Amino acid sequence: MIQLILKRLFTYIPVLLVVVIITFLMIHAAPGGPFDAERVASPEIIEKLNEAYNLDKPIHVQIYNYLFNAIQGDFGPSFKYPGRTVTELIMSGLPTTIELAIYSILFAIFLGVISGLVASLNPGKTLDIVPMSISLLGICIPSIILGPALVLIFGIWYEVLPVYGWGDNPGDKILPTITLGTAYAAIFARLTRGGMLEILGQDYIRTARAKGLSEIRIVIVHALRGGIIPVISFLGPAIAGLLAGSFVVETIFQINGVGRFYVQAAFNRDYTMILGTSILFTFMTLTFVLISDIVASFLNPTLRDSGGLE
Amino acid sequence: MHWLIIFFLFLVGCSGNTDQKSKVDLYSEQGILLLGNGTEPSGIDPHIVTGVPEHKILLALLEGLVIFNPENNGVVPGVASKWMISEDGVTYTFIFNPEAKWTNGESVKPEHFVYSWERILSPELGAQYADMLYVIKNAESFHKGQIKDFSKVGVSVFENKLVVTLENPTPYFLNILTHYSTWPVHPETVEKFGGMTSRNNKWTRVNNFIGNGPFKLDSWEINKSLKVSRNDLYWGNDLNKINGIEFIPIDNELTQDRLFRSGGIHLANTVPTEKIIRYREERPKELVEHNYFGTYYYRINTNKFPLNDVNFRKALSLSIDRDLIVKSILKGNQKVSYSFTPPDENSYNPNTKLEFNPVKAKLLFKESGYDINNQPLEVLYNTSEGHQKIAQAIQEMWKKHLGLNVILTNVDWKVYLARETQGEFDISRAGWIGDYPDPFTFLDMMVTDRGNNKTGWSNAKYDEILNNAASKISAKKRYELYEEAEKILIDELPVIPLYTYTRTYLLSERVKNWQNNILDTNPYQFLSLE
Repeated sequence: MIQLILKRLFTYIPVLLVVVIITFLMIHAAPGGPFDAERVASPEIIEKLNEAYNLDKPIHVQIYNYLFNAIQGDFGPSFKYPGRTVTELIMSGLPTTIELAIYSILFAIFLGVISGLVASLNPGKTLDIVPMSISLLGICIPSIILGPALVLIFGIWYEVLPVYGWGDNPGDKILPTITLGTAYAAIFARLTRGGMLEILGQDYIRTARAKGLSEIRIVIVHALRGGIIPVISFLGPAIAGLLAGSFVVETIFQINGVGRFYVQAAFNRDYTMILGTSILFTFMTLTFVLISDIVASFLNPTLRDSGGLE
Repeated sequence: MHWLIIFFLFLVGCSGNTDQKSKVDLYSEQGILLLGNGTEPSGIDPHIVTGVPEHKILLALLEGLVIFNPENNGVVPGVASKWMISEDGVTYTFIFNPEAKWTNGESVKPEHFVYSWERILSPELGAQYADMLYVIKNAESFHKGQIKDFSKVGVSVFENKLVVTLENPTPYFLNILTHYSTWPVHPETVEKFGGMTSRNNKWTRVNNFIGNGPFKLDSWEINKSLKVSRNDLYWGNDLNKINGIEFIPIDNELTQDRLFRSGGIHLANTVPTEKIIRYREERPKELVEHNYFGTYYYRINTNKFPLNDVNFRKALSLSIDRDLIVKSILKGNQKVSYSFTPPDENSYNPNTKLEFNPVKAKLLFKESGYDINNQPLEVLYNTSEGHQKIAQAIQEMWKKHLGLNVILTNVDWKVYLARETQGEFDISRAGWIGDYPDPFTFLDMMVTDRGNNKTGWSNAKYDEILNNAASKISAKKRYELYEEAEKILIDELPVIPLYTYTRTYLLSERVKNWQNNILDTNPYQFLSLE
């Protein structure tokens, strides 16, 4: 197991390297630069600025310098926020982004697993059709639509929930959490239903019923453990997706997370910031997928034996 | 379902206090202003930053030689309590207020200004607003690296006074001094945290910042808020009734509007266009609308065919119904432009005209000999619903009155700037806000080869008139020359002015002494809260 984890950790290096190089080339190929401004600076000034940020060097030298510094934990100064480093800016927003992701995943698991459970116990009935139809809707509506719609209903029409910030006003965490978590709740509901239906048809469940165990005990103790494996497997990509996808929600609700930097950096052509956030999100995606693989293989020995972790 | 309710209650519990009183009420009682401030400021170093949100913050933290007078767009004493101007209008001598202090208790000295101006003019710093100081003798040469010795620049200290020598008599020099690029920094602090010309200087951090403004920096949480509180050492505290200010960065105008209506901020710095009429009807006392020193215009690439033909450009302008644009699209009380420089009834009011005359337009269009079957021209604008609506209306007008086809291209801000600067456009939307209340801030832009000209247009007579105007001390004579230059501009139309900007925003009735002025600037020490 340890060997497998180490092997996976080694794959981080080429993946991150490719991400840095591709991102570097793409941002330099994009028209417009970090120092383009409505009030045009003289060529002399632009030259000095390029010098100050090492942009006067050939691109391969820039990539080499960047990688050399990044390995030592120095992701460079932000172009947009002079006097601040990329690391510092990311660290200022990361706790909020992680908190948002945690609330959203809890919301998604909670709503998704319960709905999936209810649906799986009532196959073909109203309690199956209604939650599953709603979940399909949840998967289809992107957060960029759902967020403003929730703001309109709860924030503007009924004025019951705040539409701005994170942790500043009572209830301001509700709408962002729902907006970010809904799509995943819907996926979890469908995964739970599928997993449970498969398990509920197994021989050992029939045996448990024959032994006269209560239905609740059968479902909670025996069936759920196996039925929830698809959810666990999806948890890693889900958390990674939540973190990376948080930029939409952070922008809609003006939350001071790291996702907003991701968006702003792209618009500002803040090269070092784009690279820093890209590396962060790549690293987190790889890590959460790895963690969820480890957890899933513990829950299901067949995965471990068949080398599912690989 | 019960679990869901409990989960929501948990989130509510995690979300801070549960006080029911509106934040504006609560903070007004404490004398604290809550300001919606647009985008997150890129910094608070007056020699590096360039934006409006940064200006609003610096207005609290630093003070220049003079302070902008919000009542008449003039100036009142700041760090300098008095000043003398030589007869030829070229030498200014500033006498410092002995009570003007830095937040560490030290006095603000003339030497600090010399250091600060050397800093912004040092080419290594890469300051984008350094040209504000080009009116000072040899400042431009020093900034461009043509002279290395700063003592040759027209700023020096004599008997504890700051003596400034200008290139030409510049009657609006005092107005320039209200711009933050001319404000001082504390030399020892700047040196301690990175040195004079370092862009990565850490002197602006909360724990390091030393300012001389009416407020001192308390905290700065990125993308959340920047808080300042009353500076007890400020010389003008007798007037200052504000105890603190919280600048909240909100770049989404709908969110800002919602926050204002729920009592979260005293000022929302924009209003969504679609809500202006509703505010006018329902909450007129909170809606502020006033003229702004800015022009919205179309920039023409005069290096390209057929836009190099003045008749073609005139035809384009004559077929635009500006009244319709202002009344039906903008709806914000904007004024139709008849000149490039926004007019001021009390001072500069150029007698130029930009009429809507489709018949004349058609004639000139024919004269230009342009074949409408040519490849269509392109109108470039940065992505924004407002710009799009105007572009669509103008596209329709040109089609209707001239039979001319144009295509509309919207691109992201940086692409738009890059294409404009490189001259890769036919016609592009543009806007310009004056930096100080003098027509020169507009007219100078169109001088041959100025970085912000971007049209390729050049007129020797225009350049000469502006050059002559610079040496005139009398405002009347200067304005006469400006008007002459303005006529050339409107006759040749390298830019097609459309309308004069209006500032439209929401202001709580609790804020008193607010002055509506064309630079939209209100030093906070003149305000009060009820």
